[in-house]
Amino acid sequence: MREASEVETFDATAVNSARVRQPLYTARKKIFPKRAEGRFRRFKWIVMLITLGVYYLTPWIRWNRGPYAPDQGVLVDLANRRFYFFPIEIWPQEFYFVAGLLIMAGFGLFLLTSTVGRAWCGYTCPQTVWVDLFLVVERAIEGERNARIKLDAAPWSASKLFKRVTKHAIWLLIAVLTGGAWIFYFADAPTLARELATGQAEPVAYMTIAILTGTTYVFGGLMREQVCTYMCPWPRIQAAMLDENSLTVTYNDWRGEPRSRHSKKAAAAGQVVGDCVDCNACVAVCPMGIDIRDGQQLECITCALCIDACDSVMDKIGKERGLISYATLAEYESNRLLATAGGASAIDPRRVRDANGKLSDKVATFHLKKLLRPRNLIYFAAWSAVGLGLIYALLTRERLQVNVLADRNPQFVVLSDGSIRNGYTVKLLNMIPEPRTFTVTLENLPGADMNVVGMDHPAGRAFSVEVEPDKLRTLKVFVRQPHDSIAGPKQSFRFVVQDTASQESARYEATFDAPVEPIR
Amino acid sequence: MSEKQIDEISGVSTTGHEWDGIKELDNPMPRWWLIVYYATVVWAAAYVIAYPAWPLISKATTGLLGYSSRGEIRQELDAAKAAKAGYIAEINAKTVEQILADEKLRTFAAAAGAAAFKVNCVQCHGSGAQGSPGYPNLNDDEWLWGGKPEDIRKTIAHGVRFAEDKDTRMSEMPAFGGMLEPKQITQVASYVVSLSGKAGDATAADLSAGKEIFAQNCAACHGADGKGNREMGAPNLTDAIWFYGSTPEAIAAQIRAPKHGVMPAWSARLGDVTVKELAVYVHSLGGGE
Repeated sequence: MREASEVETFDATAVNSARVRQPLYTARKKIFPKRAEGRFRRFKWIVMLITLGVYYLTPWIRWNRGPYAPDQGVLVDLANRRFYFFPIEIWPQEFYFVAGLLIMAGFGLFLLTSTVGRAWCGYTCPQTVWVDLFLVVERAIEGERNARIKLDAAPWSASKLFKRVTKHAIWLLIAVLTGGAWIFYFADAPTLARELATGQAEPVAYMTIAILTGTTYVFGGLMREQVCTYMCPWPRIQAAMLDENSLTVTYNDWRGEPRSRHSKKAAAAGQVVGDCVDCNACVAVCPMGIDIRDGQQLECITCALCIDACDSVMDKIGKERGLISYATLAEYESNRLLATAGGASAIDPRRVRDANGKLSDKVATFHLKKLLRPRNLIYFAAWSAVGLGLIYALLTRERLQVNVLADRNPQFVVLSDGSIRNGYTVKLLNMIPEPRTFTVTLENLPGADMNVVGMDHPAGRAFSVEVEPDKLRTLKVFVRQPHDSIAGPKQSFRFVVQDTASQESARYEATFDAPVEPIR
Repeated sequence: MSEKQIDEISGVSTTGHEWDGIKELDNPMPRWWLIVYYATVVWAAAYVIAYPAWPLISKATTGLLGYSSRGEIRQELDAAKAAKAGYIAEINAKTVEQILADEKLRTFAAAAGAAAFKVNCVQCHGSGAQGSPGYPNLNDDEWLWGGKPEDIRKTIAHGVRFAEDKDTRMSEMPAFGGMLEPKQITQVASYVVSLSGKAGDATAADLSAGKEIFAQNCAACHGADGKGNREMGAPNLTDAIWFYGSTPEAIAAQIRAPKHGVMPAWSARLGDVTVKELAVYVHSLGGGE
């Protein structure tokens, strides 16, 4: 046996010891946003009310379209391939209207972002709105920020369990209602609601609710800000949309720094102090868990709650509002240069104030005319052009259409009396929810007449046909021309379709084929 | 391995990769990402158990749910069959004429007939039923054996000159090559050409001789006026449609040694319902009477 001191010792440290080891996977750090009060918070409440209201209530708005069409204001009727939007009805071939709206949404988002930054993210994005809603529930049950932090750290108890179960149950309820509201856009809402309640709805309805319940609960309740930072592409794209004249939520360090918690004492001691009292109010309210004073960052959704938080602090200590404010990078840079004497020294907030301690006239502020810069105007022009184009297309679109497909095999048929017959598949589109009677007439093609398969009327140059409301009717039409009237192997003629009541008409240029050699 | 590099601004170590001075940070993955990964592993395991997965020597494991793509096809076919059953029963019970009178049933039968036509009939009649010399065009209004719905059905069901079917359409034009002189054949051919209103280069004497020969030899089947007789499948010689060609030479050849086409009987092979569907389709091609 040897003494312990006789054993050789090594000068080694464990590279991967628990103390220094970097985690391979990091757990989400919980964020407990404090409730903000102020004008932006009020604005957000209003936006939330409107967006949620629109989402949940739209399918229940009724719109009378007569007896032959559904009376739901907004309805995506996938089974019948019709899309109803109040007075507008869209057939599948008119889907370009939806494409146009998407293009408008794109340009609109560019315009919004280049003027007021990520306002979409901060105010109207469903992720933001639902997280806000879920936070309201969380606050109501678990209390304000400090109470929630305490509860989270506390060991499990009956009361903690009760609070958590209640919170998650309400979240799930909201999630179910969210998924439930979605499906009402795809079927008659009252009917579907009744079917859902009695368990008679289509399986796809329950599946859709289940999936959207899952995504709403997971994204809004559990993942929250991680959806924005990890999953959403928009934070990355926005970098290309912002420029030095875009408004973003900015911490104005040129008047805030050097920050101090004991500003009076520091000022008395002759130290330079900025307006920031380092109270962390801006950090406490942030739903993204960031510190806006670190400057612009990917995570910031520009919800402006830190502006509210800071403004109320500024009010309390008697300073001007706007230590955190909507500002452009251009203003910020100019003010920063002012505070640092052109970058020569550290920030001295005294440089931005005049003799009376007010902010000096040299401080740059935002001017509305900055909104009228070429970039925004171009975005706006593109957005309006698409919009006007869509309105024009909507006002001038045909509600009666005719499509004709000539038989290709055989192109023509010689009949026993030597006359030539061509076959056509004629499709009549009655695109309004009313039954209509159309007259189909042959124009040009001398001597020719036509008859329709399955319709019992003598051959002639015109026939009338009823088409059901909002339906397409396919007719097989045979056109026959006597051999002595044939003017050549290819003759142009027209099918003219006219609504007998409204005189609305449509025409189709067709070709009549005949053999090159004469028959007799 | 290079030295561990720490990014100055974020304090996060980098991967060591550098592009134009931009380095990639080596941030740890979020844990939910790991959870999603595990979830996919669980999903894969469950999938392998529930669905066919492991290849064995002659087949693969069947999986607990018993799913197979062949089985799915079978289900879809059964569903399609069940959906069609009502129509099929109605077609079975009705005559072709009654089917034609019912718009819904006619549309269904014509579609089914078109499908059957593409499989069984296009080889001779062409994909557009336009025919070719010796094979009749079914789009026109000339019918050797009648163009009424029931006539068409009977022709399809029993065929033409098809020995295996006792109800088949039967006719045979004699070969006049041994009975008439070549000159007589030319004369009667010229007369037949003139019947359909076509101008030929035959003399008036030839035509009147041809007319006489026609009355003695041909009128019994084709009729005194040459308008044919459907009872015997004798074609109408006065119209613009010619089965084996309209030139005097082609007509003379047909008189000398007639060709006789054969069409198989289809009722035994396809069944009555498909035959009716084919009749509806052919009738609705435009020439039906």
